Amino acid sequence: MTALLDLRGIGLTYPGPPPYRALRECDLTVAAGDHVVILGPSGSGKSTLLNVVGLLDRPTEGRYEFEGVDTAGLGNARRAGLRARRIGFVFQAFHLMPHRSALDNVTVALMYSGVPSARRRRTGLEMLDRVGLAHRAYALPSQLSGGERQRVAIARALAPQPALLLCDEPTGNLDSATAERILDLIEEVRAAGQTVVTITHDPVVAARGRRAVTIRDGRLTESTPAAT
Amino acid sequence: MSAAEVAPSRLRIRDLAGEGVAGLRARPARTALTALGTVLGVAAFVAVLGLTATAGGQIGKRFTALAATEVVVEDADEADRDHLDPAFTADADARVGAIRGVRAAGVWWPVGGDTAPEVGGVVLPGRSAPAQIPVIAASPGLFDAIRPGWSQGRAFDALHDRRGERVAVLGAAAARQLGVTELALRPAVFIDGVPFTVIGVLDGSARLPELMFAVLVPRHSAEEFWGRPGAGRRAKMLVETELGAAQVVAAQAALALRPDAPQRFTVVTPPDPRQLRDQVSADVGMLFLLLAGVCLLIGAVGIANTTMVAVLERVPEIGLRRALGARPWHIAAQFLAESAAIGSLAGWVGAAVGAMTVVAVALARGWTAILEPAAVLPAPLAGLVVGVVAGAYPAIRAARIEPVAALRR
Ligand SMILES: Nc1ncnc2c1ncn2[C@@H]1O[C@H](COP(=O)(O)OP(=O)(O)OP(=O)(O)O)[C@@H](O)[C@H]1O
Ligand SMILES: [Mg+2]
Repeated sequence: MTALLDLRGIGLTYPGPPPYRALRECDLTVAAGDHVVILGPSGSGKSTLLNVVGLLDRPTEGRYEFEGVDTAGLGNARRAGLRARRIGFVFQAFHLMPHRSALDNVTVALMYSGVPSARRRRTGLEMLDRVGLAHRAYALPSQLSGGERQRVAIARALAPQPALLLCDEPTGNLDSATAERILDLIEEVRAAGQTVVTITHDPVVAARGRRAVTIRDGRLTESTPAAT
Repeated sequence: MSAAEVAPSRLRIRDLAGEGVAGLRARPARTALTALGTVLGVAAFVAVLGLTATAGGQIGKRFTALAATEVVVEDADEADRDHLDPAFTADADARVGAIRGVRAAGVWWPVGGDTAPEVGGVVLPGRSAPAQIPVIAASPGLFDAIRPGWSQGRAFDALHDRRGERVAVLGAAAARQLGVTELALRPAVFIDGVPFTVIGVLDGSARLPELMFAVLVPRHSAEEFWGRPGAGRRAKMLVETELGAAQVVAAQAALALRPDAPQRFTVVTPPDPRQLRDQVSADVGMLFLLLAGVCLLIGAVGIANTTMVAVLERVPEIGLRRALGARPWHIAAQFLAESAAIGSLAGWVGAAVGAMTVVAVALARGWTAILEPAAVLPAPLAGLVVGVVAGAYPAIRAARIEPVAALRR
């Protein structure tokens, strides 16, 4: 298996003041098609790591290769290009645009890679159908339940068919039955060949991963691999 | 894969425009309120420009109708030297009438020396009229020049004048005072006891409306009984010209009347109508344009304010879009597109409101609405510019928001 991600000695210090070392000497290699769960207590640096992996933030130390490309050599425009085409995000807070329809919220993920609007629309409806929300395509987020909102967010993340799906506490705001559905959906995606990295502090979510790493005070340690 | 093969993210112009419009449609009420200031500003601009043009056109029209075709030639003998000969010769009407561009010309003066002649009516003989009725000596041409309306009869003509006949024309008010109602019985009025047969009664005139209170008699008849025009009762000539000929006629009139002594006249010409209109436009227009400018400025501040609020409100959306591949300038362009869309919307609506205001005012006043394309067509563009300028700062602020910080909200 080829490595999709390769982090070597990654460190990140927030400039502050006072400066805060949120990540230190993190090494992580994720193979394509794997599902890695990142565990850790609150404030340990999980989101910070995800932002680095998702090319939203630049590490202050170390080397990060995405699909074999050293990301340090990429300008902001190309990093944005990778985010638009190769990386999908699912957030704990969903982050849907409140005044736009579910469909608009999905198709916006295809806008910054320059997909023409007719194809965006077709793909958007397909993705909503895949998460079981075809009938809610024109609903506003305020008219959707929490679980439905997160499914819209997953449809959005999957629309560009990214190589990497990053989930930051994807079930944090949901009850266990709804969470179960979301996790099934993520597992389905992984089975279809996409790579998934999920952040959580919930053992139920962690159990879904094929591999788990723990982060504590900005340091990564490999946990006992989940049974495969 | 090498770094060079990674394609940058992009934003199509069509998508940018679509997002701009979608941003407005998402909050219609807010959009309307945001646009309101600019709508008023643009409307004020269009209305002021339109109303100045309309009012200016109105002044011009009234001018064209009367004043612009009127020239008055006055006997300039201010020293009251009492020349032996009258300033206006007997054939004065014909002399001026021969100038190209003259439609009609007539001489007139108030009759009498120090005391005005006494006028009595027929219906109440022996009793003088309740008020002083002025007696005016007139040459026949005057009746063409004043554009009279007749309730009965007609004017005296050159023959009456030459023969010094005792005929009179009454103004409408004078006829009422004198009790002259019916000409069939050939009524007479007595001026200093001399009977004059009434051959016509005026009911109005476009020029010299004061004649409605007077008794008019042929100039030669008047000279026969009361002498030539004298001190304090100088003769004047009223000339009606073709449209646009007034200035040319005025330049020639004195010489045509008296080639031997043109200096005996002063000629009064109407002011140039265009000059007057421009003056009105400049005075009224500048003040109101200033107000409209202030209005537009307030409108711009309104858009800037709302866009700034929208940026702060939509920080999570900005973070999300950055995560989805938007670059800082994509974010700036989106907010700029929204404010530009609000601005041009306001421009269109404002232009329409302004134009309707002009039409409504013109209708209410019975004027002809004048809307110059140069005043209306740039309005939507002006709205667009206001929107872009107002949105610039919020857009830059939006572009500077860090995605990581935005998503943590
Ligand atoms: N901009 C910043 N400047 C300084 N310190 C920061 C900044 N952002 C995060 N931190 C600190 O970095 C540490 C890691 O933050 P991070 O958001 O990665 O935690 P986390 O593991 O995701 O926690 P949680 O489970 O609560 O989401 C925290 O202690 C936080 O206070
Ligand atoms: Mg976190």
